[in-house]
Amino acid sequence: MLELKNVCFSVPGEDGKKKEIIRDISLTLEDGKLAVITGPNGGGKSTLARLIMGIEKPTSGKIFYNGEDITDLSVTDRAKKGVSFAFQQPVKFKGLKVLDLLRIASGKRLAVGDACRYLSAVGLCARDYIDRELNASLSGGELKRIEIAQILSRATKLSIFDEPEAGIDLWSFNNLIKVFEDMRRDIEDGSIIIISHQERILNVADEIIVISGGKVERKGSKEEILPSLLGSASVLNFCTGASGKEDV
Amino acid sequence: MKFDEIQLRLLEEVADLHGVPEGAYNIRSDSEAVGRRSTEHIVITSKKDVSGIDIEIMPGTKNESVHIPVVMTKSGLKETVYNDFYVGEGADVLIVAGCGIDNCGTGDSEHDGVHRFFLKKGAKVRYVEKHYGSGTGKGKRILNPVTEAYLEEGAEMTMEMVQIKGVDDTERTTVAKLAAGAKLVVRERLMTHDDQRALSRYDVILDGEGASADVVSRSVARGTSFQKFDAKITGNAPSYGHTECDSIIMDQGKILAVPGLQANHIDASLLHEAAIGKIAGDQLIKLMTLGLTEQEAEEQIINGFLR
Repeated sequence: MLELKNVCFSVPGEDGKKKEIIRDISLTLEDGKLAVITGPNGGGKSTLARLIMGIEKPTSGKIFYNGEDITDLSVTDRAKKGVSFAFQQPVKFKGLKVLDLLRIASGKRLAVGDACRYLSAVGLCARDYIDRELNASLSGGELKRIEIAQILSRATKLSIFDEPEAGIDLWSFNNLIKVFEDMRRDIEDGSIIIISHQERILNVADEIIVISGGKVERKGSKEEILPSLLGSASVLNFCTGASGKEDV
Repeated sequence: MKFDEIQLRLLEEVADLHGVPEGAYNIRSDSEAVGRRSTEHIVITSKKDVSGIDIEIMPGTKNESVHIPVVMTKSGLKETVYNDFYVGEGADVLIVAGCGIDNCGTGDSEHDGVHRFFLKKGAKVRYVEKHYGSGTGKGKRILNPVTEAYLEEGAEMTMEMVQIKGVDDTERTTVAKLAAGAKLVVRERLMTHDDQRALSRYDVILDGEGASADVVSRSVARGTSFQKFDAKITGNAPSYGHTECDSIIMDQGKILAVPGLQANHIDASLLHEAAIGKIAGDQLIKLMTLGLTEQEAEEQIINGFLR
């Protein structure tokens, strides 16, 4: 179970005053749930995900994971406790290969056959990719799918995906939905957080959290929240994924 | 031929050898030839005037290899060795050189190898050279290799040059001249640490139509080490040349990259790329999200980069 208590996050603004990105967010995510965080661009969704992973540290407030205060834990320690994070813009590496990353992610000397299984699950012909370097020779969509394959190979209790649909073509998108449906089915006592604007991703959610202006605007079951969202174009911005712009 | 433990370790580091290699070889240890074998198609003879060997590879020789590793285990030795390779028309061979120095004493140990390659028409060579130093003595481990390659029409040479650890001071000079349709590929991997110094200079001349050269160096400078990468390609004909210096600096390391391109022909197409910087923060964070510590992440990034 993940719990955020009065989490605030601010950065120095251009005018010297502090700019509040997250304003006093308190949230609880029960085990066995798939939650989708949605909301307008610049509303603080990605920052919230980065705070949970430990990439950013809250200015104030606490984060608890399975009852333990993880607010001051490093990214590494949180990863070891079973938190995974799929980046909105996958990081490139010169020299490191797809298989290397899958092995690091799984934490063991993954057999090539197993690594291929994760790549196939995200719609990549594994044979063609396993020895490829994770560099600019791969397209944005390929990198994104490899990023998701790493999360699958980690098989942790809490998986966070920051706009997984960004940069993914339509064919892969169908695959992606299936990946999330499968993960949802096998969730048991784990949980999944997806940051997304996509209706079809919202549709696989148990719970939807709408973040706007650094605050939780609404939170509830898919049945409660989704109908109102679909009528509100200002909240759901379908173009964001294609633009590739980083959300804050 | 018997090797002691240090010799064996050095041979393994520089030539992946666990004893006597297959095919033709010449093993030099502490300034003496300790083993040699010629084959039907590859003949190794000692030079008469200076220290070194001539290696003659017959035309059409295929799928054969030559190993010429050098190991130095005595402190204070200094030697210059001249090795000339004559590669016959249409031959296709692997040449593994390399030098390992173990210096536990106070005197500097230095090996300056001058390798010259003469590739006849259509000959192909894959040249692998590893340099390695070990030992806890105050004496320096110094390697100053000079590599010259002369490629006739349609000849191809790939050079893989690696120096990862333990060499205190090195000045590497590589000179190549390419005739029409000849092709040179260089992959250099270099890491310096502590107060080491490494200079790497390339001078590649594309003399014939359709000649091409691709010189890529990846390097890491740690500690207070210094590296200079100086790569020059001259295009005297319709030709293609590319040099790339891609470097990571750590600690107080310093790197100077000096691009040099000279086009003497309207259809010479030359390109240089150079990038120097520390390990990107997002790369470290990414690997930390997979459970690695910052130090482990650094190691993975560097190992991959220098692969």
